[in-house]
Amino acid sequence: MSTRMELASTVVEDAVSPGPSAGLAGSAGSSAIFEIQDLNVYYRDFHAVTDTSLNIYQNEITALIGPSGCGKSTVLRCLNRMNDLIDGARVEGRVTYHGIDLYGSSVDPVEVRRRVGMVFQKPNPFPKSIYENIVFGPRVAGWKGNFDDLVEETLVRAALWDEVKDKLENSAFDLSGGQQQRLCIARAIATSPDVVLMDEPCSALDPIATYRIETLMRELKKQYTIVVVTHNMQQAARVSDRTAFFSVDVGEEGQRTGRLVEYDMTDRVFTAPSMKETEDYITGRFG
Amino acid sequence: MLETQGSLDLSGDPRRLRHERTVRRVFLSAAVFTILVSVAIVLSLVGEAVAFLQSIASEVEEGLGSLFADGWFPRRDRFDLRTIVWHTLAVSGIAMTVATPLGLGAAIYLSEYAKPGVRRVLKPVLEILAGIPSVVLGYFALRFITPDILRNIWDTTQQSNLMAAGIGVGILIIPLVSSVSEDAMQAVPRSLREASYGLGAKKWHTSLRVVFPAALSGIVAALILGLSRSIGETMVVAIAAGATGGSLLQLSPLNGGQTMTGAMASLAIGSDQVAGGVAAFQSLFFVGLLLFLMTLVLNIGSERLVRRFRQKY
Ligand SMILES: Nc1ncnc2c1ncn2[C@@H]1O[C@H](COP(=O)(O)OP(=O)(O)O)[C@@H](O)[C@H]1O
Ligand SMILES: [Mg+2]
Repeated sequence: MSTRMELASTVVEDAVSPGPSAGLAGSAGSSAIFEIQDLNVYYRDFHAVTDTSLNIYQNEITALIGPSGCGKSTVLRCLNRMNDLIDGARVEGRVTYHGIDLYGSSVDPVEVRRRVGMVFQKPNPFPKSIYENIVFGPRVAGWKGNFDDLVEETLVRAALWDEVKDKLENSAFDLSGGQQQRLCIARAIATSPDVVLMDEPCSALDPIATYRIETLMRELKKQYTIVVVTHNMQQAARVSDRTAFFSVDVGEEGQRTGRLVEYDMTDRVFTAPSMKETEDYITGRFG
Repeated sequence: MLETQGSLDLSGDPRRLRHERTVRRVFLSAAVFTILVSVAIVLSLVGEAVAFLQSIASEVEEGLGSLFADGWFPRRDRFDLRTIVWHTLAVSGIAMTVATPLGLGAAIYLSEYAKPGVRRVLKPVLEILAGIPSVVLGYFALRFITPDILRNIWDTTQQSNLMAAGIGVGILIIPLVSSVSEDAMQAVPRSLREASYGLGAKKWHTSLRVVFPAALSGIVAALILGLSRSIGETMVVAIAAGATGGSLLQLSPLNGGQTMTGAMASLAIGSDQVAGGVAAFQSLFFVGLLLFLMTLVLNIGSERLVRRFRQKY
């Protein structure tokens, strides 16, 4: 059911077309959007992530958990080639997106990021109006259409419309932290991506704002595929369909390399983990 | 609880306290001295400027009307301010036309495009450019820009002309404009760039629609600083625009003309020339005060902008 996609930079027209629409409910029949095989990531000569293989499935929420420094963000950022922006970062192995090698020579990272959006740890709205924040992505993609409608539609989908509909021209900085983060989610889905990556989206927020975002995530997965990094085990248990648990191996010279320990359906990982390491971590015995 | 509570002494070592007081006094006197010198300079400027106005009011035939006479010829009691102010604005305008695109272009390149290695090399090179003595740029304008460039485009270009001076001053302030605006762009948080790239923006869009606007007040401050520097620049205009004693108002920048700073420099070269008239000598201070006020206003403006910029992040 995966759509044939063209990620070369020449194709711009369909940049803001809706991603493949929601298909099967549940996870059993979902198809893999990303296939990660033997991924190794280096920052210069620092080996950050070793031999990781996992698939990300459509219309699911996949959680990446593990102690800090185990490479969750690094793996996440391989999925939209954000690591390209880091000087000295090197990715080995194979990452495919709808069957296309993401690191193939004809792939333009700009095209990838239009389909694979990202939400960051700290809310990072642009110092512009709420409206301008939403239309930024579509505008730089050359989208032609009614921006007013797009803004309303997007904010409704992000469950923020009622709170901001009267102050679209206000600065995004006037919003609370939780609202800013939901604006960032709205901004990410305004380009109609296929996948939304979230890197600890709630770690800077209070419990109520966190609850709102989790509700939103469950709503959004009907339309999008979500990969979320979280520090918060309960959050992974509450929202995700699958959970990948990473850990850190400390080498002889003290170098710390992240490694995927276990990847399974979330309820299995949390109720009957197959690895002792996972069990120790989720029961709080270390990490 | 401290056992020695009864005799607890928290008053500190008297020698150290005395030392700290002394150090404080030394720095305080340095600060006070600097302020006093500045105040003295301003007061002497104001005093002489007032004296200048009084002396032309009482001794010159046209009185204060000589401030709007025909041309700037101080030794002939013609002190047309419009002439030198206009020439100064013309030179600054040309300088900013040169320095704005080149300075901002260099800043965007260095901040957003250059690889770290390239940046490490280019930034110091650009800053070396800032160290070129302005007298060198003055002769560069006179001996190269005018004959080899301007004359090839407009053959009526005079030997001394405002255009060459403006271009020379423009080159002189490029490093200032680019390095201050590059700092402003570097201060834009990385998270904003990531947000932009994460939305599928190209480098070009990220630079122009995210980084540039976020750094705008710092960039405007850089331009104001450049403008203020170009107004005050003396050597280049004195050499390239005409070190003659005076000039008529020139509307064409291809003609030579006296700017505010150029006028002051030529008045000050050789005391025998200044001796021509008391008013001529005092006019130096009057023009100096005007210059001071212009650059002061610009510097305060840019200071404000920079502060506003800092508050935002
Ligand atoms: N830009 C970078 N340059 C160098 N090392 C980095 C960089 N980003 C992350 N690392 C290192 O890679 C490892 C994994 O980091 P990260 O993926 O951020 O971990 P996590 O998100 O699980 O906390 C850490 O040891 C971290 O120090
Ligand atoms: Mg992280």
